Order: sequence, then C-alpha cells, then structure tokens
Amino acid sequence: MTSSMPQPVDRSADTLAKKPPSTPAYRRQAHISTIGARAFLLEAPGDFDLPAQRRIWALARALRHWDDLGEIVPGMTNLLAIFKTTPEDPDAVTARLLDAWERAESIDIRGKTIEIGVHYGGEHAIDLAELCNRSGLSAREVVRLHYEGTYTVFALGSAPGFGYLHGLDPRIHMPRKTVPSLNMASGCVTIGGMQTGVAVLTGPNGWNSIGFADLQMFDPTADVPAIMAPGDTVRFLPERIEL
Amino acid sequence: MIEIVDAGPFNTIQDLGRPGYRNIGVTASGAMDPLALKIANLLVGNDEGDAAIEVQTFPFRLRFREATVFAVTGGGDATLDGVALPPWWMQTAGAGQCLELRPSPSARAYIAFGGGVDVPPVMGSRSTSLRGAFGGIDGRFLKKDDTLRLGEPAGTLPVDGLGAVPPAKALAAFFPNAPDGTLLIRALPAGEHDLFGADAERFWSQSWKISSQSDRTGYRLSGEPVRAPASVEMRSYGIVPGVVQVPPGGEPIVQMSDANTAGGYPKIAGVVEADLWRLGQARIGSRLRFVRSSHAEARTLDRALADYVEDVRNTSQMVARALKTIAGR
Repeated sequence: MTSSMPQPVDRSADTLAKKPPSTPAYRRQAHISTIGARAFLLEAPGDFDLPAQRRIWALARALRHWDDLGEIVPGMTNLLAIFKTTPEDPDAVTARLLDAWERAESIDIRGKTIEIGVHYGGEHAIDLAELCNRSGLSAREVVRLHYEGTYTVFALGSAPGFGYLHGLDPRIHMPRKTVPSLNMASGCVTIGGMQTGVAVLTGPNGWNSIGFADLQMFDPTADVPAIMAPGDTVRFLPERIEL
Repeated sequence: MIEIVDAGPFNTIQDLGRPGYRNIGVTASGAMDPLALKIANLLVGNDEGDAAIEVQTFPFRLRFREATVFAVTGGGDATLDGVALPPWWMQTAGAGQCLELRPSPSARAYIAFGGGVDVPPVMGSRSTSLRGAFGGIDGRFLKKDDTLRLGEPAGTLPVDGLGAVPPAKALAAFFPNAPDGTLLIRALPAGEHDLFGADAERFWSQSWKISSQSDRTGYRLSGEPVRAPASVEMRSYGIVPGVVQVPPGGEPIVQMSDANTAGGYPKIAGVVEADLWRLGQARIGSRLRFVRSSHAEARTLDRALADYVEDVRNTSQMVARALKTIAGR
C-alpha cells in the first residue's frame, strides 16, 4: 500500500545542500505557522546547526509543563506543538510560544553514545558509486569520512525510531534522489543532504545508501521502543569494507 | 468470537490511534473516521475508543460464533443473513449468523462489538500500523479465516435494534456540501501558503479530484497544479493528519491517519480537525474543494461534534437503563 503513495520523505536536505554558503540566515526571528487549527509549528531562525537544535530541545523541555498541549514533536530546528483542543485565541498561542522560545536557553543533552557496526559497500551500497562521482572522492575516502565522523541525533521522526543524524562531513553531502528507491532495506546506512541515518523500515526511500547495519532500531514492545534519543552521539564502526 | 469469512486487503483493526509517540517517529494511525468509530462503540455500550474493524475494501463478510451485540456505522450497506440493516444501527446477532457489508457512497465502515475487539494493545493502542507492522493482528490487514476474540461486554444488553441519526444528516447545517455534491473541506493556510503567490488562490478556488493513489497514508489530489515561483527551502518538520503538502509536481497530498510523522514538502494548508472524519469517508474519484476557515469556526465545529457524540451516548445509556428497569419488573 505504501508503494502506491509518494512518501513525504524529507526534502529539506537537498535544498539545504544546494544552498550557497554565502546565503544569509534563513530567518532572523522565530516564525510560527499552523497546521490545521490545533497544531502550531515554531521554526528557529538562523542556520541548521547544533546551537539552534539545542534551543529546540530546551523549548521542548519547557513546553512539557503546558497542560493544554497533547503532543510536542521536535523536528529539525523546529518544533510542532499539538494542542488538545482548538485554542480560542491563536494570536495568544503564538505570543506564548514566541515568549517560551525567547526564554529557552540552550541545553546540552548528555545522551548516550551508540556505536553502530557497518558493512560498507556490498550489495546494499547502491548509491556509493554515484556519491563518488559527485564528490570526486574514491569509495575508500567516502567510507572513511563517514566512519570517522561523530554524529548527534537531532530528532527522531518520519518512521518509528528513525534518527536524523547531524555532523556529516560536507565533502560527502549528497542530495536526496529525485526518484526514490522503491524497496530499500531496513538497515541501510544512508545520506540525505547534510544528514545521515539508518533506515528503519524496508520500503520507498529517497536517501543514498552506502552500507548496511544489522541493528534493530525500534521495538514496539520494549519499555523504551527507540534505541536513539535526541542528543545521543552516534559513531559508525567499519566492521567490513567491501569495495 | 468472530470469524472472518471473506475480506479483501486493507481492512484493519482500529481504535482512536496512538497519539503521543510522534517524537519517536511513530504514526498515530487510528480510524480514518473517528466519529463513526465512536458512535459504533457507544451504540453497543463500549467506551468510545474501543477497537473495532475498519472496512474499506468490500464486500466483507464475517460470522458470529456466538450471540453478539454489534453495530455498523460509517459507510457500507450491511445485511445480516441477507436481511438489510438500517444505516448506523446496532443489533444482536445469533450464533452462526453472517454479517455482510457491500460498498456504499461513503468509503469506510466500522463494525463494533460488545466488549470490543480484544487484541493486545501496543504502545497504548490496538490500532493496526501497516507500515510499522505492529498493532491489530501482527500489524497486518484481516484475512479470510482470521478469528477475533472479543472483550467482556459492559453488561447484558437489554436492547435489540437501535440506530443513530447519521451525522451527515444530524449535522448537515455544520457540514454542508456544494450543490453539485463536491465535498467542502474547511482548512487554514499553512506555513508556505503565501510562497505559492497567485497559485495559492487557485488552490482554494478549484475543485480537486481524489486520485487512485490514495489510501490510509494520504490522498493525492488531481487538478490544475499549483507551484511556488521559486523552490522552497524546508527543514524536516512534524506533521499531523490533514496537512496539505505540495510536492514539486504541484498536485497536493493530504496526509491521513497512517502518514509519516515528519515531512519536508512545502505545506499550503491544514484541514481543521473537525472535518477529518468527512475526508476519511471521501471515496477515490470524488471531488472536494478547500474552504478557508478560522479558529472560531473550527471551535464551533468541534462543539457540534462533541454535542452529537454526547447525545448518542446519553440516549443509548438511557434506553439501556429504561429497558433494564422494565426487564427487572
């Protein structure tokens, strides 16, 4: 059933990667918009970076004390606040959220470190050759840059337990594919723009696969279903390199 | 115990879903028409959020292994051993009787049973997540020869045959359609609305057809494409059902119950929550138009729905009590 439906995969990374470095900050002030009548999206001003995300984490923590919120969904330097009922005065909600954002001090979540063994190259690395073409690097260099990186889980989203990882070396940024792979395997180690991550579901996927990790990222029956949490550090260990 | 006699694909066990886990990427799922699910449950004496069967592929047939109180709401023309049932109706079936649902103008039917469908809750809900492959029966759709256990009914049900006025009729003043039958869906402009420039007005003024590429994940709409003059820079953000996103092709997608929890396409509008049940009943090939709404109107619609649900709850409890009193004499 999912194959008949174009998946709303994150396209942010593509445009971000194409953005020339000289472009001024994306917005000067936090911006609030709505999705329907109950959900309010706050977007942080400035660059897509760790300081902005640390303030989003702080905001998420502060909003936990709001009784009228049903759900708080941190995204990539943004946050969706879903109210239990339709607010009477949307302008007042916007003002409250902006005020909370102004007060949100950067916090440094001391997360755990997750080490993920990766089989680089091989049958699952369907986009490694294209990444070499694009970057002008050898496959060995691409793989080395990937496993030498230290990554931060910015947020979880899209699919159960999927972590958006920040900290990818700019030399191996790669826009998401225009035509997604229809049946990419769960476990594929992928690059989407300036982000990397490990696919958690088998299915359509627009990110670029360079390897495979045999690790279950999500267990719906566990007390803590997702292995990753925002603020965690992730390192990839080259268990096998098959080029 | 219920036995599935005949079922096409994509009929699943659903309740009101598992909100609260979007921050770890878990879709809420849940009934596409939560109003019909609530009414079906209330008619059989359940809590409004108990698990029921959502039927969207017809015909669908099941057999009752023992006497069971059940209700059918939403779409679907129902017969019990070949005898037609009124719409939005509860009744007691005898052991061995067969319930059959055939297609109707509404897309989805809900079958609730006294005590609810008893499958193990996963993360607080019995809803089937087809993408996540959990919830319901092993995260899959129902198939022939499946058997479903039911929970303990709330009490001996003294009433046999009770209906609710369907909301499309009872609430017609609040949920109108265009004279030509086009569904009017209330929405608010979303974050990137103004970036669509002149095309934004065309988004509201034209009628859109629900394409065949539509399911519980989302509806892809066909019509005159709307495009932003420049490519829109987006970072991945959390989404909710009802968000109307516009991929580069210009034909909008309305995300529904099984949508991803995050997306990156520019969003032009968001359907007000009170109209989602109507969207959930819209069939592939039918037409809809988006109507600009407000928070004030959304609150009025929320209230109308809440009053309707309360009315059914009170009436079914009252009838049950009255009949119990008579039986006790």
